Amino acid sequence: MKAVKTMLSEAQIIRYSRHILLPEVGGRGQEKLLASKVLLVGAGGLGSPAALYLAAAGVGTLGVVDGDAVDLSNLQRQVIHKTADIGMLKVESARETIRQINPDVQVDIYPEFASADNIERMLAAYDVVIDGCDNFATRYLVSDAAVLLGKPYIYGSILRFDGQAAVFAPPQGPCYRCLFPQVPPAGAVPSCQEAGVLGVLPGIIGLIQATEALKILLGVGKPLIGRLLVFDALAMEFTILKVARDKKCPVCGDAPTIACLSAENYRQAPCTVDESENQR
Amino acid sequence: MKIYLPSPLRRYADGAKEIPVVGVCVREVFLNLKESHPSLFAQLWDEEAGNLKKYLNVFVNDENIRNLQGPDTPVEEGDVLSVIPAIAGGSSR
Repeated sequence: MKAVKTMLSEAQIIRYSRHILLPEVGGRGQEKLLASKVLLVGAGGLGSPAALYLAAAGVGTLGVVDGDAVDLSNLQRQVIHKTADIGMLKVESARETIRQINPDVQVDIYPEFASADNIERMLAAYDVVIDGCDNFATRYLVSDAAVLLGKPYIYGSILRFDGQAAVFAPPQGPCYRCLFPQVPPAGAVPSCQEAGVLGVLPGIIGLIQATEALKILLGVGKPLIGRLLVFDALAMEFTILKVARDKKCPVCGDAPTIACLSAENYRQAPCTVDESENQR
Repeated sequence: MKIYLPSPLRRYADGAKEIPVVGVCVREVFLNLKESHPSLFAQLWDEEAGNLKKYLNVFVNDENIRNLQGPDTPVEEGDVLSVIPAIAGGSSR
């Protein structure tokens, strides 16, 4: 049998052997992953599991964007950080954990919050973006930037016991704005900080995002394009709903009105809710 | 016929995941909630606009009513209406 040339070292062939055994991945697919670049916006609940598993899977470059430091209240779900990391920048804590998992992975850290001024510069160098942020303004910002740069945007969101995930990759399918054209008014939707979140929930949704990233990078399977996955942890039910592209969408529609990112369009609305809302 | 509620909205329906509903179209189904579940109705319906709140998505089975006939989308026995709000949590903080 003719030997197939590979760029993988002996150690890498062993490390990734369970991938290489899969016909859908193989040595070529693993090489592809090692040459791939994924940007994670947020090193919190969603970003933690996604980063851990993408690192273990051998995605060659992971960019991590987060301006926050590790807080004691994060550790119930943000599994990339440890008790000893409290006070450390999340991007540094994440980089340290990723390095321990897999030294093959290059970690680019961005100790800042995504903004209209920096997101395109950061995202331009990556193949896909995983959104693990915690507010609407950043979600619209990252989604719009991904549309403008033509990068697949892997969406995930969680609250209380519920999660959502989708892949937005126009023109193949809709973008985030096609599904949610209107930003909810301040106070209409509580944040996890206000309403709580079951600790395992970001693990489930974050790993769905990581799975979609791997499928897109490998070019296998059917990504969650044009489909919204809704997860109800209390009922343990996954539901798939159809999402269509909106031809009138201001960013990915036929006559877009958003052609560049302008900071005033992405102001963070105050997240205050009244006490009765807070108990939802 | 029933409406599926995500967990943030269940407190307005005594914790129920699903509530039985009646009506011939989406609009009528939601307007009927005004009497049976007034606090839930207030969360979903924009009285001023006379329509569902714009940041909510309503699906009849797996189809978004925006891609059907909006609130005039006909519904029938056996249909499941799902209310899917935008949620923003990534649990960073």
